[in-house]
Formats: sequence, structure tokens, C-alpha cells
Amino acid sequence: MAFSRAYMQLRPIIVALGRHKVATMLIVLQVALTLAVTSNALFIVATRIVHQSRATGTDEAHLFVIRNKWTIGQSTTLIHADIRTDLHALRHVAGVRDAFSSNDFPLAGYGESGISTRLKVKPDQAKRPQFAMVYAADVHAIDTLGVSLIAGRNFRPDEVGSIGPDGTLASPDIIITRSLARKLFPDGHALGKTVYLPGGPTTIIGIVDRLQGPLSVTRSSDGDSVLVPAHYIDPAGVVYLIRTAPKAAMGPVITAALRALQSRSGLRIIDPERGIVTMSEARAHAYATDRNVSLLMSILSGMLLLATAGGIVGLSSFWVSQRRRQIGIRRSLGASSGDILRYFHVENFLIVSGGIFPGVVLAVLANLGLMKAFYPMNRMPLSIPLLGALLLWVLGQLAVWGPARHAARVPPVVAIRAD
Amino acid sequence: MWAYYVALALRSSGRSKALTALVIVLLAFGVSACMVSYAVFRATTSDPLPAKSSRLFVPQIDNFGPSYTWQNEPPDTLSYIDAVALWKARKARRQTLLYPAIWQVESVDQTTPVMSMHGDAVTADFFPMFDVPFRYGSGWTPHDDAQHASVVVISRHLNERLFHDQNSIGQEIQLDGKLFRIIGVLDRWNPRPRFYDLGSFGSNSNHAFDNAGDIYIPFTRATDMKKDSTSTSGCPTKSGQMDTSNWGAYLNSECDRIDAWVELATPGGVQRYREFLRNYAEEQQHLGRFAWSPNVRLRNLMRWMTHLQVTPRASTLSMLVSASFLLVVLVNVIGLMLARFMRRAPEIGIRRALGASRAAIYRQFLVEGATMGFVGGMLGVALTMLGLWGIGGLFESKIARLVHVDASLLSLTVVVAVIATVISALYPTWRAAQTQPAWQIKINN
Repeated sequence: MAFSRAYMQLRPIIVALGRHKVATMLIVLQVALTLAVTSNALFIVATRIVHQSRATGTDEAHLFVIRNKWTIGQSTTLIHADIRTDLHALRHVAGVRDAFSSNDFPLAGYGESGISTRLKVKPDQAKRPQFAMVYAADVHAIDTLGVSLIAGRNFRPDEVGSIGPDGTLASPDIIITRSLARKLFPDGHALGKTVYLPGGPTTIIGIVDRLQGPLSVTRSSDGDSVLVPAHYIDPAGVVYLIRTAPKAAMGPVITAALRALQSRSGLRIIDPERGIVTMSEARAHAYATDRNVSLLMSILSGMLLLATAGGIVGLSSFWVSQRRRQIGIRRSLGASSGDILRYFHVENFLIVSGGIFPGVVLAVLANLGLMKAFYPMNRMPLSIPLLGALLLWVLGQLAVWGPARHAARVPPVVAIRAD
Repeated sequence: MWAYYVALALRSSGRSKALTALVIVLLAFGVSACMVSYAVFRATTSDPLPAKSSRLFVPQIDNFGPSYTWQNEPPDTLSYIDAVALWKARKARRQTLLYPAIWQVESVDQTTPVMSMHGDAVTADFFPMFDVPFRYGSGWTPHDDAQHASVVVISRHLNERLFHDQNSIGQEIQLDGKLFRIIGVLDRWNPRPRFYDLGSFGSNSNHAFDNAGDIYIPFTRATDMKKDSTSTSGCPTKSGQMDTSNWGAYLNSECDRIDAWVELATPGGVQRYREFLRNYAEEQQHLGRFAWSPNVRLRNLMRWMTHLQVTPRASTLSMLVSASFLLVVLVNVIGLMLARFMRRAPEIGIRRALGASRAAIYRQFLVEGATMGFVGGMLGVALTMLGLWGIGGLFESKIARLVHVDASLLSLTVVVAVIATVISALYPTWRAAQTQPAWQIKINN
């Protein structure tokens, strides 16, 4: 009923709008621009939030890292022995569940001893081999990280060798992540297969569910990691990953772990500021830009929507004040206050709708421009500007509600009063 | 007359308080959002060496070849072979090679604990080329470079830690276990962005806003010590792995790891140096080292920073979105001004009937627009300051602390607000000036 009464008003509304061409066009333009900007901004926010809330696959709440630098002049043999002694000491610290040494840690970013590699499926593969990030690992790595082994087996102690920063990467067996397995063998049978590291063939003996590499920016291949059974022997340093027991508070364990390492002094330098990183700090640091961009975009989009709503309120109130006499005449001719209210809501709906179509087009064009300027950025799904359109319709109805209610209260007697 | 228009503007604003307030608040928010974004953008794109940035150039030589380069751009750094060849050719007024490294620093008497510090291996021209200020002593000479001398220039910060800010020239420290004689102590020096070894870290790295290092030793000496660059060097091999089985192999490989700079005073000099680079690459092609025709670049400092995309993406994005925000606000303001001016059609009609010219109406309403813009700008100044105060929550601290408020930013805020409002008032004013005097009087009375 209400709908059909609103529908009957369509023609007069459109005719009336024709008399306010410029003002109407301005709101249409504003809605279109707002839609284009906010849908792109909110798309960026959504992408960043999804991006930064990805799990590393590790037990982040109980994991911390010690960046251990070796003092100058130690031989690789000595370093190897030191790593083993250190790990033995660390695993016996009260509150430590497990520990292992590696070249890098999840979300560390650039600047650590990141080892990237390319895995071939055939020795004479012509296609560009699959990219992956490498972690030096041992028998304790899976337990320390808290990742789940979904197929195959863990390393055995006798398999753990050593790698250095300058050598060619080689190992008789490796454990890889599920996402990497799927990229190497799309048919789903990666376990037990032979792949080729730069240093020769290797067998996939295990698959872990999820383990993010040190990078957080490549998006598509951040989760493609390889565990190589080796200690990382680099005169520059090593990182120790330590998982605390479920109930142990992290602070005291960190202090105790440092004390355990520093009991043998002269071997190492642990930077007082950057030497200890908890996994949650690593996460905060790795995704700082994502967090900032999403916050900034949200604030700006919010302000933009408010500005548009403000504009609608302003112009609608002006229209109401301009049409007081007209409204009074309609009221005295029998229009209910509900009719007047509906008139303004329908009018607003029409104007906003007029802005939606060019707005969606503009939004898609802006997205294409951004994709070009800010690689890598994805194509925005059409659902986002449509969601934005819905938001603007609702916002428009809310914004016009005040002025419309004001108009509906105009008494019929206004019609005969000289303004 | 102008003062009268301003008074009129204020009086009419009093009559439509809500509309006026809306226009002013919208303007203030739009302008301040732009200004806050601009302040960040300005901080991240500023010239680190305004006095001579146009004379400093980065030579690039493609030693990777078309199958390993990205969009045919030569790598950002040079291989050891090319770097040393350019340096020894001495075709520029000044030239420096450098790469970032981490040193283990110990005092000779071992009173301070062993520290791990960042710095760069550089050549003698580094200090005069980049106007590096000295507190004590000076840099070294080309002779020291040739002698592979064990000399070091340290930062003021390190000098404070080891020598309590006393003149430490002639003292010794140990770097990676080797004795080095201090010949210079820098004064406070922290160029932003940290442009000089940016090539080593590649584009889109966060490194650009890090602090300058604490240790500078001769490039030749660092190479003797087999000191590797802390950056990840690119190596064009089929496996994607570095060919670094030993130090000699590394130096002779095509792995790129060295930043190079040349100082060229005149456009002619730049042209000649470009020729020289091309000839060099051609020669390498004839020698059979490069299987492709010369692909070289010579960018000056600012172009180099643009090429490396030093400006954080967040900053560029916020600039874009704020500008669109201001645009939407202006469309809004046009509408509101139109409403405001049209409402005063009777007033305009009377003024016109009493003999006011169209030009007078134009003047009156543009002044009114400017007045509102000014008030909006003043509110915008307050919001900009508030926004910059809150910027720490939006950008990483090393970027946020570069952003500052100054007189030019605040006056720009007001100027932008006034100009923007006057532009948005143009159409409404034109409409107002079209008002027919007699017609208005008749209709309304």
C-alpha cells in the first residue's frame, strides 16, 4: 500500500527534480565519487585485514626468537659445537618446551639470513622452478614451531647435517608445507616424491599443514616453506626458536634462556634491543604497514561517508524550506504527513540511485588504475561497489530522514499564509 | 567596501547557522585530511641533500641480460667487476663505491662490551660528495684507499659510547677483531631518506628511513677482510642460487652488491659520463661478457629515489584518498553554497533594484565564499595539528617522527581552504548574479 502510494508520486518527483537540475546533479556526482573512493578504500582495508590475519601455522603465543650473533674468529666446527651446546642448555631451561636453531623465523622480513630456493620436479625442467623459502631444521623443529605434520614422518637425528650461507643447498630429504606440495604436485601425491634442490635430488618425507616463511609480502607464496634437516653454520650468527610450556609466562623464560646462553660468555653478541623477538612482536612489525593502511583508509572512508551524508542533510533541508508552501498546499489538498515523508525518501532514493551507476563504473576504473600503480593489487570483486551502493542507499535514507520528518510536520495552514 | 562584504557574509551566516557550520566543518575536514597526508608525503619525498642532489648520479649497468632483468631495467647495484672498473676510470669529478655491512666493534682495552654495529664500506670521496659533517678529524684520502689503510670514521653516537664525546682522533678500535685507527668522528648526520646505500636494499624496502650507520671504513680494506654486504645481492643464475663458493668467485661473479655514485657538475659532464657508460658496456659486449647491447642508466638522486619508490605506499595511497575526499567535499560545498545563495534571492533582488551592479554581486558573494573558506581554513589548521599529533598511530614511528608542523604547512592549509571555497563559490555566485531585480520583488511581496 505504502509502496504503491510512493510509486504514484514518482512522476511528480522526477518533474520536480528537473527544476533543481544543478543541485540534483551535484548530489548525484557526490554519490558517484563517494562510491568510487570508498569502495576502493574499503577493498584495500578488506584485503589488508585478510592478509594480516593469516596464521603462520605456528604456536605464536608461546614462541620467541633469540638472534644470536657469533663473535669474530670462530671456526665453523666450533660454531657447530656451540649450537649443539646452546640448544641442549635452552631445552633444559625451566618453562621451555622445546627449541631448535635455524637461519630465519616466520615473519622476520627481509634482512635476516633468508634462504630462498627453487625446486624442480624434473632434473631437466625447462619451466621456471617453484620458489620456496628454506628453514634449517632438526628433529625438534616441528614440535618447537607447533606445526602439525599431516603426512609422512619427522626427521631422524642421524639425518641432521649442516648448511652454511655460501654452500649450495642440498639434502637427501625435506619436509614441505601443504601449499608448496600442491604447487609442485597438483595431483595431490607429493609424499615420497623426488624433487630437485640446486644441490641435487631430495625426497619429500613429510608434509606440514602450514608454515609461513620469513616474508609477509609476496602474498601468494608466503606459505611455501621447506624444512631442511641441518644446522645453520654461519660465522655471522644463528637464530634460536624457543617454545615455552603452555602455562609458563614468557618474560621469565626469556630471562632464563638468555642467562643460560650468557653463562658461556665471549662467544656471542645478543643485541639488547633487537636480539629478542616474540612471535607476536614479529607479527606486529611485519604487518605494521597493513595495519596502518587499513586504519587510515577506514578513517578517511568514514569521513567521506559522513561528508556525503552531511551534504544530503544540508541540501534536503534547504529543499524542505523552499517547498514549505508547496507542501502546505499538498497537505491541505489531503496528502497525509506519511505521503510527504515518503515523497522525500523516494526522491532521495532516486537521486542516490542516479549516482550509483556512474559510481560503480568509476569505482571499477579507479581499481584498474590502482592495480597499475600499486602492483601487486588485486581486481576488486563487483560485490564491493554493490555493497557500497547499498551502504549509500541506507545512508541517504538516514540523512534525509531528519529533513523529511521536518517537512511532514508542515501544517496545511501554511498554504494560505503569505511566506 | 570589502570590509562591508565580509560583514554582510558574517551577518548572513548568522541567519543560516546550520548550513554555514556544515560548510565550514566539511571544508575543515577535507582540507586538513589533505594537509596531514601531504605532510607525510612531503616528509617521505623530501630531498635529503638539496644543495647538490642534482649533481649526484647513480650509474647502472645491465650485467644480468634481458632474461634476468625486470622490465629491462638494469639492476640497482653493480657487480664488483663493473664497480671497480668505473671507479678506476675516474671519469667524474668525484666517485664513490659503497655497500652496507655489520661490524663487531670492540674498544682496545675492552672496557665496553662487544657491540654489533651497522655502517658502510666506502671510498674517500664519500665524505665530500655527500657533505658529511665532521666533529673531529676528517675522512681519508684516495691514497688511503690505494693503500687499503686500516682507518675508520665513526659516528658521534659511537664516539659518545666509547670515548665520552672526547676527541678520539688517533685512538684505535677493533672491527671484526682487526685494529683500525680513528681518523674522523662525524657530527650528527642522518640524511632522510637514507639515500646513499638504498640501491643495495632494493625498492619497497623499509630501509629508507633507518638511521645512518656508525662505522665507515675504506672499501678496499673491507674487501680484503672479505666483508660481505648485508643486503641480499641479486645473482643471475639459472638455479637462482648465488655462485659464491669462495670469496674470489664471489668478487668475479655477476652478483650485484655495490652502490656507486658519481658527482657531475655540468649537463655536458652528464652527457659525457652517459657516453662513457655506454662505451664501457659496449666494450664488455665486444669482450664477450655481455651477450646484449648496452643497457645503462644514469639517474640523479631525486630520480633515483623515485625509481626505487622510496615513498611508502601508505603515504601515496593516503594522498590519493585525501585528495578525492577534498574533491567530494568541494562538490558538497558547491551544493550547499548554491542553497545558501539561492535562499537569499530576495536580498539580491533588492540590492540589484537599488542599483547594485552584477559585478558588485559577484564581489559580495565571492568575498562571502572566501570568508567561509578562511574560517574553514582556520578550523582546518587546528584539525591538521590534531591529525599530525595523532600520526604516530597511523604510520611507523621512524616515518611518523619525520613529519612536522611548520608555518608553511599551516599557511598552505588556509590558502588551500580559501582557494577551494572561492572556486566552489563560482557557480553559485554566477547563479546569484543572474537574479532579476524586479521579478524577485514582485514574487515575494
